[in-house]
Amino acid sequence: MASTLAFDATSDPMVERRRQIHQAARASLRRRAISSRIAVGVCWLCLAIAIVPLVAVVAYVVAKGLPAWSADFFTHVTTPEGIPGGGVWNAIVGTAVIGLIATAVTVPLGLSCGLFLAQSDGRVASAVRFTADVMTGVPSITIGIFGYIAIVRNFGYSGLAGAFSIGIVMLPVIIRAGETAFRSVPRGLNEAALALGARNASIARRVVVPTALPGVITGVLLAVARGLGETAPLLLTIFGNQYMQWNPTKPMDALPLVIFYNSSQPYPDLVQIAWGAALLLLAVVLVLSIGSRVVAAVLRREKR
Amino acid sequence: MTAVEIPAGGSGARTGRRVALPNRAYRSLLVVAAAIFVALVVWYLVSLVVQARPAFTTLGVSWIFQKVWDPTHNRFGLLPFILGTVETTAIALVLAVPIGLGSALALAHLVPDRLKAPLSTAVELLAAVPSVVYGLWGLIVVAPVFRSTVEPFLSSAFGWTGLFNGPADGVGLLLAGIILFVMVLPTMVAISRDVLAVVPREQVEGAMALGATRWQVLHKVVIPGARTGILGGFTLAMGRALGETVAVALIIGNSPYIAHSVMSPAATLATLLVNNFGEATGTELAALFGAALVLLVIGVAVNAVARLLVPSSALSGAVPVAVG
Repeated sequence: MASTLAFDATSDPMVERRRQIHQAARASLRRRAISSRIAVGVCWLCLAIAIVPLVAVVAYVVAKGLPAWSADFFTHVTTPEGIPGGGVWNAIVGTAVIGLIATAVTVPLGLSCGLFLAQSDGRVASAVRFTADVMTGVPSITIGIFGYIAIVRNFGYSGLAGAFSIGIVMLPVIIRAGETAFRSVPRGLNEAALALGARNASIARRVVVPTALPGVITGVLLAVARGLGETAPLLLTIFGNQYMQWNPTKPMDALPLVIFYNSSQPYPDLVQIAWGAALLLLAVVLVLSIGSRVVAAVLRREKR
Repeated sequence: MTAVEIPAGGSGARTGRRVALPNRAYRSLLVVAAAIFVALVVWYLVSLVVQARPAFTTLGVSWIFQKVWDPTHNRFGLLPFILGTVETTAIALVLAVPIGLGSALALAHLVPDRLKAPLSTAVELLAAVPSVVYGLWGLIVVAPVFRSTVEPFLSSAFGWTGLFNGPADGVGLLLAGIILFVMVLPTMVAISRDVLAVVPREQVEGAMALGATRWQVLHKVVIPGARTGILGGFTLAMGRALGETVAVALIIGNSPYIAHSVMSPAATLATLLVNNFGEATGTELAALFGAALVLLVIGVAVNAVARLLVPSSALSGAVPVAVG
């Protein structure tokens, strides 16, 4: 029986066709594998291109800023060009005072707004949410101009005017971060508390806030980091001050201003002060950003 | 999970020592907070509009598109600055979109899992670097390289296109655009990575089962699924580039004339404000407020579009708040 079914493979059209299909498939696979490898390589190349300048910025700031750091740099006020021993103590104080005021006002306000948004789903709430979203991206120079119109025109240049502008930059960031954190509280926990007859305020205080704490801290620290790095709103509101000034109702100096003004000076020692200030500002911002992650991670681990 | 003590008892129960705020009082407290925020935003918008009005009434609407800015002769055309803003943003995005997308794809799907978290964190941290630091770096480190090497090369190699003529000063549109590219890159990468990473596993595996190569999976499955989010990230990056002030002010050369080549010094709306605001009075000040309003309108429009495109959860790339 079997022998009658034997056929001549060389002349069978089906076998020939199958061979062609195999060949085409192999060619297609080879072609696609090559183009895939090229495209994936291009992606890797993009990643490399992206990382180089970003690493270069940080590396340059560290390399050029560290030599500027000295005891005088942190403890002395700005000196005029040519007189050695100048520092940025006045700018450090200004940035700290302005940052503290802005944080002290925006954190309670922003978190309350965030809680409001987390507990509301109406049309009003989504309008507020949208407003906060858009406000996180508006050009910060226009917020500086608002600070000028609202505060400087009436009360003159002052640290408070700067804190006002910085606060407006920080507020929407805190609101949205707060809302996200408050919303991450499991629904069941909320409902359990409600079922036990707890009032909204005590649910907020005893359930929502403690559970959301890691997210809240992360959001606040990131907002502070963002606020401290802002330059444009300060340029139009605090005026700068090369003398020591603790009083926020008077013109103050700040680290971003020192960087901005000194970087375009023709004198190497002033440029060096700018690098030192840039390193300090970068260090503060990165410590806040990294710190926010560490705090959140630690708090979350404790919960378990 | 936290142990939550909710004392038994009716709605009038005391919680611990303190009396719980009645629902209505608590609720109105939160509403007041939201109202203060909204009032601040309204105050901000209204005061800019009010201050900008004189510019529109004395100069007409056409001043926005006039070509000459010359305060001593009472000419306040905004066109050079609008063009400068558009041109620097365009240079930044032409570079940031492909490179940002490529890096986001690599970060989301190609990098080994061990490296994913550290690299992603690094990108997000870089988004927090203050812009004035980029300006300092651009002015002191990159501008001299542009002046001595990059720009002479570009004008000798591509001078025939007409785009790269003019003096090689280092500072100018090209430098500003490239530094902006570096600045918006983390935004672009962080948001694109987030939306690229959430493509359903079944779709990826389905494509692989059909014999798709790695690139075909990325190209035909991953990217189409993330298109809206990528567009949103692009728009957010655009918003950041349009409104960037101090970094650009340091490196663009600040010239109130329309640039003839990408190497010419120029100015943007934001740098116009920061450079002229201190000394301006009268009509010039009104014109500056007008310029601020134009910038604000552009900024709000771009960001509003971005927020409509990007799901809020993906935005947490900029403000990372883990859920759960």
